[in-house]
Amino acid sequence: MDLSSINPVLLLASLMVAATPILIAALGELVVERSGVLNLGVEGMMITGAICGFAVAVETGSPFWGFVAAAAGGALLSLLFALLTQFALANQVASGLALTLFGLGLSSLLGQGYVGVKPPHTAKLDIPILGDIPFLGPVVFSHDLMVYFGLALVAAIWAMLKYTRIGLVLRAVGENHDAAHALGYKVVRVRVMAILFGGACAGLGGAYISLIRVPQWTEGMTAGAGWIALALVVFASWKAGRVMLGAYLFGGVTVLQLNLQAAGVSIPVEYLSMSPYLITILVLVIMSADRSRAPASLGRIFHATQ
Amino acid sequence: MTKTLLRISGLTKAYPGVIANSDVSFEITEGEVHALLGENGAGKSTLVKMIYGLVKPDSGTMTLRGAPFAPTEPRAARAAGVAMVFQHFSLFDALNVAENVALGMENPPPMRDLATRIRDVSEAYGLPLDPFRTVGDLSAGERQRVEIIRCLLQDPRLLIMDEPTSVLTPQEVEILFETLRKLTSEGVAILYISHKLEEIRALCDHATILRLGKNVGTCIPRDTSAREMAELMVGSAFEAPARAGRELGDVALDVTGLSLGSPGEFGTSLRNIHFTVKKGEILGIGGVAGNGQDELWGALSGELTTDNEAIRLMGQPIGNLGPTARRDRGLLTAPEERLGHAAAPEMSLTENALLTGAKRENLMNRGFLKWAATEEFAKRIIKTFDVRTPGPGTAARALSGGNLQKFVIGREVLQHPEVLVVNQPTWGVDAAAAASIRQALLDLAANGTAVICISQDLDELMEISDRFCALNEGRLSDIRPAQGLSVDEIGLMMGGAHGMEVAHVEA
Repeated sequence: MDLSSINPVLLLASLMVAATPILIAALGELVVERSGVLNLGVEGMMITGAICGFAVAVETGSPFWGFVAAAAGGALLSLLFALLTQFALANQVASGLALTLFGLGLSSLLGQGYVGVKPPHTAKLDIPILGDIPFLGPVVFSHDLMVYFGLALVAAIWAMLKYTRIGLVLRAVGENHDAAHALGYKVVRVRVMAILFGGACAGLGGAYISLIRVPQWTEGMTAGAGWIALALVVFASWKAGRVMLGAYLFGGVTVLQLNLQAAGVSIPVEYLSMSPYLITILVLVIMSADRSRAPASLGRIFHATQ
Repeated sequence: MTKTLLRISGLTKAYPGVIANSDVSFEITEGEVHALLGENGAGKSTLVKMIYGLVKPDSGTMTLRGAPFAPTEPRAARAAGVAMVFQHFSLFDALNVAENVALGMENPPPMRDLATRIRDVSEAYGLPLDPFRTVGDLSAGERQRVEIIRCLLQDPRLLIMDEPTSVLTPQEVEILFETLRKLTSEGVAILYISHKLEEIRALCDHATILRLGKNVGTCIPRDTSAREMAELMVGSAFEAPARAGRELGDVALDVTGLSLGSPGEFGTSLRNIHFTVKKGEILGIGGVAGNGQDELWGALSGELTTDNEAIRLMGQPIGNLGPTARRDRGLLTAPEERLGHAAAPEMSLTENALLTGAKRENLMNRGFLKWAATEEFAKRIIKTFDVRTPGPGTAARALSGGNLQKFVIGREVLQHPEVLVVNQPTWGVDAAAAASIRQALLDLAANGTAVICISQDLDELMEISDRFCALNEGRLSDIRPAQGLSVDEIGLMMGGAHGMEVAHVEA
């Protein structure tokens, strides 16, 4: 065992990279659930985004268009979920599970020609001055744009929910859809928009894995990240700040345990592998012991009665 | 001051299989309180939803101050000066007062200005409110204030109120009426929906009566007796319940020091409740909704278990027994919510009869069900209580409120309970069905059953109970003989005005 082989700078820097995909996907799901819809298809939308982004980035040679395509692919798949649950009034849990299975299958089909291909490199920001600060520079200021996009999204969603009219209407629809309807708000329209936003975010999170984190395409490469994102939303009590905390905690423990494995710590690998899940859930369960609760209409089917 | 504000002519709305409104016409003048009367299902709700733009009429026209008025959505109705206070509050529990108000406005000012305006308006009309409290923590009366303030901030010309007093104490009702009178003196017209006839007589200038979707007459409530109005609503005369003199027996149910935390997040805890009920006696428990009624019913039915000694049935402690064990011993109950709690909506009446009657009516044989006997039992309930239904195979959901309520009350009455606890036995039930349910409770008591009736309908409690008490914030008031109690005394037992004050009349 040689703990000195773990470099704290690299550890913290890779923590931010490891956390970003679940962070972005979880933020999308947070908005969906705040509107009162439970979309269990995050994993399916992530992997669809991963392959859409990968394929388009390879074909165009531009990671930017790859991410755009990933968001579009995730949103398109979530549109299917929106049609099923908001117009055909299908059960949300079953539809979400179906979406995950469908997305996994669809992505392997789309990805057949892309196994073993290398995607174009995504440039890292090289902020002058800031990037040169010892320690802080490499840890915080020398990542790709998506890491900062994820952080900006946390702030934007927090502010949107707290200070804007749109956020208020979104919360109202998730809290009591009958009352929102009685006041004349378009419950279905709000929810469809939220679902599309959630799909786009999940797609971005997936593409981050296939284009930057790994970067290559293999079947089922999201490996449960979508489920972690879903769990994060619940344990974070539907709060954007806590989602960020949970995602970074999860990313951090994941990176740490990989480093510990590499350093040959005498704990069985299986325990190390499960540690990110256990620790994240434990911390967030303790934190969610306050008064906050789920949106009251979460998962309930809305049907406008006359 | 006698200009016509809203004229409705020939409004018709049909749903598959039912005509909700058929050729309804009437007028509302500025500054008047106009009552809309009718039983459940008479089409009142559909009519006001058309005025508020939630439902589009099939035919017919409306004019507002002479101009054609056909709102396609509530937003359009609000812009034209129509505001509505809903029967089932259209509030969001997890949001605060100011956010709730903002959701009902077209262009809300920034939160800080809005909070100031809420304070100003609420104090001017005697409805004090803190804009930053979470609505889920408010009492029923306070929640209604939120709805009213939300309407008032839009300077409405027409205010629609759907059953506004069902959650208020008599004192709170009086304050609400003061507020409404102040509004009408400013020229606002009020369309007031209620089935509390005495209140309508006290408040309203005109009344339009609907029956089965049709306008069956208008009257001036001050000059019409409550009984005449009720008969117009029902369309025929019906018998008021008759009370027979009866002997009281031994104590059947003894509740001592019952305290219980509420299982719900926004519920009310019960605090040190004492009462006894004798055989042949009806104890009426009043109080505004949300003051512990559901919790008390739960504790008596066994859905919430308590300290074993806190509840004694015929001297035996039963506090930690569940509902089935209590049923075996003769304590039967009927909850408030008939569809989903008292009866399983998708199951037939026969199956529903089995659900509570299995043991006492001997409908099981070593775990196997005796369907023939069960169907007999269901038929007996249907016949004895005049439940209007094609047969015992009908799903509970298909019955009208009044008929289903007669069925679920009848189901318990026919099992010869030692003690029967009912919660809101005639809530949302037409007058004729309500009268027959009350008669059934009186007859049951006359045969020696102890009856506890939890209700928010004070007229009902005064009509049937021997003794009366009220729940207020989870505490039970003194228990007093029902005969001779004045409305003021009852109101004080219910907790008075809960911090409301009369509208300040401006100079």
